[in-house]
Amino acid sequence: MRFHLSEEQLAIQDAMRGTLGQVWPMERLHAFADGDADFDADSWAALMALGVGGIALPEGEDGAGLGLLEAALVCEVAGAACAPGPLIGQLVAAMAVAASENGEAKAFLPGLASGECMAALAFGSDLVACARGAHLFLVDDAQGLALVEAGADVSITPHRATDRSRPVSTVSFSRAPRMALFAPDDPHTQRIRDAALILIAADSLGGAQHCTDVSVSYAKEREQFGQPIGRFQGLKHQLAHMALDVEPARALLWYAAYAWDAQLPDATRAAVMAKAHLCEVYTRTTRAAIAAHGGIGYTWEFGLNYWFRRSIANRAWLGSPAQLRARAAELAGW
Amino acid sequence: MDLSYGAAAEDFRAEVRSFLKEAWQPGERRGRELGDYVRAFRRKGVDQGYLYRSVPKAYGGSQRPVDVIRAQVIREEFARARAPMEVGGNGVNMTVPTLLEKGTEEQKALFIRKTIEGDYIWGQGYSEPGSGSDLASVRTKAELSADGSKWIINGQKIWTSMGGKATHMFMLARTEPDAPKHEGITYLLLDLDQPGITRRPIRQMTGQTGDNTFFEFFFDNAETPVSWQVGERGQGWQVSRTTLKHERASIGSADGLGRQFSKLVELAKDMGRIGDPLVRDRLAEIEGRVLSHRYSSFRLFSCAAAGEDAGPIQLMMKLLLTEIGHEMALLAQDLIGEAGWMDPDAAGGPRGPIKWLDQIMGSLGNSIAGGASNIQRNIIGERGLGLPRDLAMGGER
Repeated sequence: MRFHLSEEQLAIQDAMRGTLGQVWPMERLHAFADGDADFDADSWAALMALGVGGIALPEGEDGAGLGLLEAALVCEVAGAACAPGPLIGQLVAAMAVAASENGEAKAFLPGLASGECMAALAFGSDLVACARGAHLFLVDDAQGLALVEAGADVSITPHRATDRSRPVSTVSFSRAPRMALFAPDDPHTQRIRDAALILIAADSLGGAQHCTDVSVSYAKEREQFGQPIGRFQGLKHQLAHMALDVEPARALLWYAAYAWDAQLPDATRAAVMAKAHLCEVYTRTTRAAIAAHGGIGYTWEFGLNYWFRRSIANRAWLGSPAQLRARAAELAGW
Repeated sequence: MDLSYGAAAEDFRAEVRSFLKEAWQPGERRGRELGDYVRAFRRKGVDQGYLYRSVPKAYGGSQRPVDVIRAQVIREEFARARAPMEVGGNGVNMTVPTLLEKGTEEQKALFIRKTIEGDYIWGQGYSEPGSGSDLASVRTKAELSADGSKWIINGQKIWTSMGGKATHMFMLARTEPDAPKHEGITYLLLDLDQPGITRRPIRQMTGQTGDNTFFEFFFDNAETPVSWQVGERGQGWQVSRTTLKHERASIGSADGLGRQFSKLVELAKDMGRIGDPLVRDRLAEIEGRVLSHRYSSFRLFSCAAAGEDAGPIQLMMKLLLTEIGHEMALLAQDLIGEAGWMDPDAAGGPRGPIKWLDQIMGSLGNSIAGGASNIQRNIIGERGLGLPRDLAMGGER
């Protein structure tokens, strides 16, 4: 019986954290947010050099042979750093292609694993994050899951949108050739959708933890009335409340990822619950973090707005918490 | 991650199961006959090494190495067979571990066996009318008799669970009135059957009262031998903090909340509200927290089994339970609705509003008992997040 992270799993997160600490400091995030690009080649290359792209692929298919849980741990750290790039799309596309039998699509697998070939997620809506740099799109529509190669048949209209760390574009695939992966009713289709929900939940957990951590640090340093403000019970209780929201939710995410890896009967519902809950936690926590910082938290320079924005995007992506709760109710047979 | 217990545990499970099949056959026994049967059954459980695993054989336990997985398998199989586990209550949970760690040989010999066999029932003498969250401010006074052989106790204790049935009490008493508050307290054991003690039941806001509920105790020159003092004089605060580390992590610790949530879903069905999108949304939102609590209990158990520190989550479980209980109570209140609460015949029916009223009020008790919610928030903030301590509570500027 094991339901906490192993040394190896913690080491994966440490490596990710170390790399992002070097290649993605706040100055880079600021510059990126003010620029026009929807992709940052340097930080992407640094992450891919760690082998992140193939983390959840079988060892025989250019992967590390680990599971969705490890992929989620990676996305958690990316969320904490507000890292740019279509990491969730990359991981989900690689898993979908690896599970499929489509030879044409499979030819892209080494590139997906190494990161040289970048994939964005085009699920449900025509808004796609990090679309301009993508070589591939994983499309989920009425015809099921398919891989579509970027090119003349794919039109992309960029937007200046809420989430500055992963800008979105409107993408249309009208006549683009599809490499079909799974039919809509194929169980794999459901599994891939579930995986996407779990990775968004993981990104949200990382962001929420980051917001709690910076708020606690600030409360230890900032002095008013001659003492650190973290000594005042009012703020101490607000911070305790943030931690009480975030820390227990970690196990909800772990369970969802474990249920997916072990293909438990409640895997889909676990993914739905995790995404709904973690996204609520993320928005609550970013709001609370800005409140805990006072004036500095309301400045652009301090940067908390990037996490706030990302929490809104995560929340809207692939179903709002309310929509997912309605689905969870249905799945429970209520 | 892996939620199975492993092959060795499953072999052990088979062993426990076959023991229970043989040893637990209460049949039609009732009353005293059943009591004797249970007592004999528990002895067999001890002989097998299933019960009182942290208690040495010399005091009636089975003295086994700490193994949270085995302990969990035992709990699950006993529950499955509906067989009685260890005697519950403060005695087994608090007095016995405290004595094992800090008691004298004489105290261990005198109390442990009687406690685990259910002959001695222990009340907790901690809270006082003037000492709730600030427990170290207790004023119940103990003074040495002229010949130095006895402590003479005067004062009042309150919120003692099972107060009507308790035969003994462990208490914190002030013995050094001039010392700083944490250093002037002594941990005493006493026999409650003596003339200097009056006990009185507290009627709770739910209306409940009686032997199994809370009592207050008045001490008017009550006595206890000096040899019943646990630890050094003036060291009672430390004695009361004795860590309880005996296979306490359990997978089932979150089951109660899960059962309560299922009842809430049933209530929504019974009230004809389960199709209401707002009700479904609130239920699913609450369930997100119920499951977070449940899986966090798995996490704690897993860390305990591996001998690793689980970190701040262990400080959060009580407050989390309290808060989720409040949310469920509020939804239950709304589901029953005005018509339900105002109905003069509401007392009828097995799932009637009155039963939920107890649960709704009981959820308020949770935010007080065993460490008030604001104290829990302080603990999470200070011990969990490393924020500076409150000056009034011993923080340094």
